[in-house]
Amino acid sequence: MLYREALNKALDETMAVDDTIVVLGEDVGRYGGSYRVTEGLYAKYGEKRLIDTPIAELSIVGNAVGMAIGGLRPVAEIMTANFALLAFDQIINHMSKYHYMSAGKITLPMVVRFPQGVSKQLAAQHSESYEQMLSAVPGLKVLAANDVNYAYHALKHAVMSDDPFVFIEHELLYNKKGEVDLKTPVDPFKARIVKEGSDVTIVSYLKMVDDVMAAVPKIEAALGCSCEVIDLCSLNPVDYDTLKASIEKTSRIVMVEEDHKTGGYGAQIVSWAAEEMFYTLDAAPLRIAGADVPIPYNRSLELRSIPTPDSIAEQIIEWGRKNDV
Amino acid sequence: MDKLLAETLYYEMVRGRAFEYAAKEHYMQGNISGFLHLDIGQEALSVGAMKAFAKGDVFSTYREHIMALARGISPKAVMAELFGKEAGVSEGKGGSMHLFDPSHFFYGGDAIVGGHLPNAVGCAYARKFQGEEHGVMAVFGDGATNGGAFFESLNIAAAQKLPLLFLCENNEYAIGTKITRVAPFEKQAKKAEPYMPTIEVDGMDVVAVYEAVSEAQHYLEKGHGPIFVEAMTCRYEGHSMSDANSYRSTQEMALCKARDPIERMKKVLQEQYGMDDNAIESLETKAQNEIDEAVRFAAEAAEPAPEALTVHVFTEGGSHALS
Repeated sequence: MLYREALNKALDETMAVDDTIVVLGEDVGRYGGSYRVTEGLYAKYGEKRLIDTPIAELSIVGNAVGMAIGGLRPVAEIMTANFALLAFDQIINHMSKYHYMSAGKITLPMVVRFPQGVSKQLAAQHSESYEQMLSAVPGLKVLAANDVNYAYHALKHAVMSDDPFVFIEHELLYNKKGEVDLKTPVDPFKARIVKEGSDVTIVSYLKMVDDVMAAVPKIEAALGCSCEVIDLCSLNPVDYDTLKASIEKTSRIVMVEEDHKTGGYGAQIVSWAAEEMFYTLDAAPLRIAGADVPIPYNRSLELRSIPTPDSIAEQIIEWGRKNDV
Repeated sequence: MDKLLAETLYYEMVRGRAFEYAAKEHYMQGNISGFLHLDIGQEALSVGAMKAFAKGDVFSTYREHIMALARGISPKAVMAELFGKEAGVSEGKGGSMHLFDPSHFFYGGDAIVGGHLPNAVGCAYARKFQGEEHGVMAVFGDGATNGGAFFESLNIAAAQKLPLLFLCENNEYAIGTKITRVAPFEKQAKKAEPYMPTIEVDGMDVVAVYEAVSEAQHYLEKGHGPIFVEAMTCRYEGHSMSDANSYRSTQEMALCKARDPIERMKKVLQEQYGMDDNAIESLETKAQNEIDEAVRFAAEAAEPAPEALTVHVFTEGGSHALS
């Protein structure tokens, strides 16, 4: 199954059993979704439940908040992360806060999903990542789906939860193939050990997990080491237990993220490792992240602005040699 | 209008004003802190609208104490919230600007100007979806009508024919900036005219507000889509307790107070309903007693437990299992 098909299946299955679930966003209905995630759902559930909205992101999320207050279970799609910035007032001031400000009297069973990250030459206003801001907002649960099986189960969980979720996808993952085990539920808040290893813990999420995996054979061959690769899956809350167990085994942590390095999400993970795992670590943590530049259009510049399998391998090998890995 | 309703409107206005004066006093004494936006002068609008729109959902702004009371939320729970106490309507976590009570369909205090309008639109969508006829009322000031959320909301509510009443309380000032300095019209309903019918009403006349909002709600119930009511009103105090109100002249304030909604309704009770001074005074005393009691309750109520800090960030429950 493709990643986008897994997301579609998660929506379809939840909508089939709970008729308060509505999907809203730009082109989600008749058109089938910009990335075809909602394909076929309009024909099945009609325009009352697949709501084509105007290009007004503030309202897409703001209306979803109101729908949730009114007893529906909305899933809002934002076409791409940069457009979600127009909805940040609603996400941060309303969606994340009504439950707390009302002392639990208002619940917001809702999901806001969007793809983010560098795709291919979409330039600075269509290529960014905002997990660093959103996971810093108390009251939001933030998931980032790399794996097809995870995407299916985690979206189902989010849709059927009574808490507000931000569900982050990646533009280059929609056609990723993977097996989905329909019968075994997945805990969406548990980090996924993608590959076991004993010498270096490499933590990542979203598309970078695949780039790390592509770099690992090179790293292991060059350093003669074994890497453990962890997909965080949930960016808030973070499954620190899984990270802790891994670092206790490997004594080393490398954080790989696509976003700009300054203020990037990985800083939280490395800061945690420095505070909580300092005496377990045999090497200074390494952070591999994107450059502190707006994403350029030109392909070679674009690829220089983010980590790639080659640059990940290169940096980890250099760090490994300095640190006796 | 029957006498009982007329009396109720008067009573609610008097009680509301007494509440606001008590809140002001306790703010000055340090028992209430943060931003406190008083509704004194605008009672006709808050009371008339709430009593007319008794059955639907209400989304309001941070100037919402009197609306909350007129909706039926107890003055004790509202005052305790202002005092930051556990017995407050939002258990001390919201304060003056954030009074929420879904059991009264009141999603009171949003403190982002215009930010609650898209929420009201979404709720109106839900009500239409559910076949619920009473609809939703969104209350906002003239200041909110210049922001993007307002125009997006007009557009979506009209395009989807949602049962949504836009109630603009036009007190002519966004904090200290007169509306005509930042908008091309005095009456903001003009902005809604391309999208929906509009009604203009004297916001200092509680009977007129009651009638206009009732008429607007009947329109919603017919399923024709949204409607816009603009009530011209006047706040007597500054924007909040931190605003000295220095931008309005004594003369302007005097003109404003000459339209006083409570005095006006008192006259109606006397002249149209034949109520004597004793009967009116006894209503006033009852209202004041209720507020005094609310203050006592709030002062004596317990502080939230320290552990409350981390409660209500999320719901207790996980995800609902699929059958």
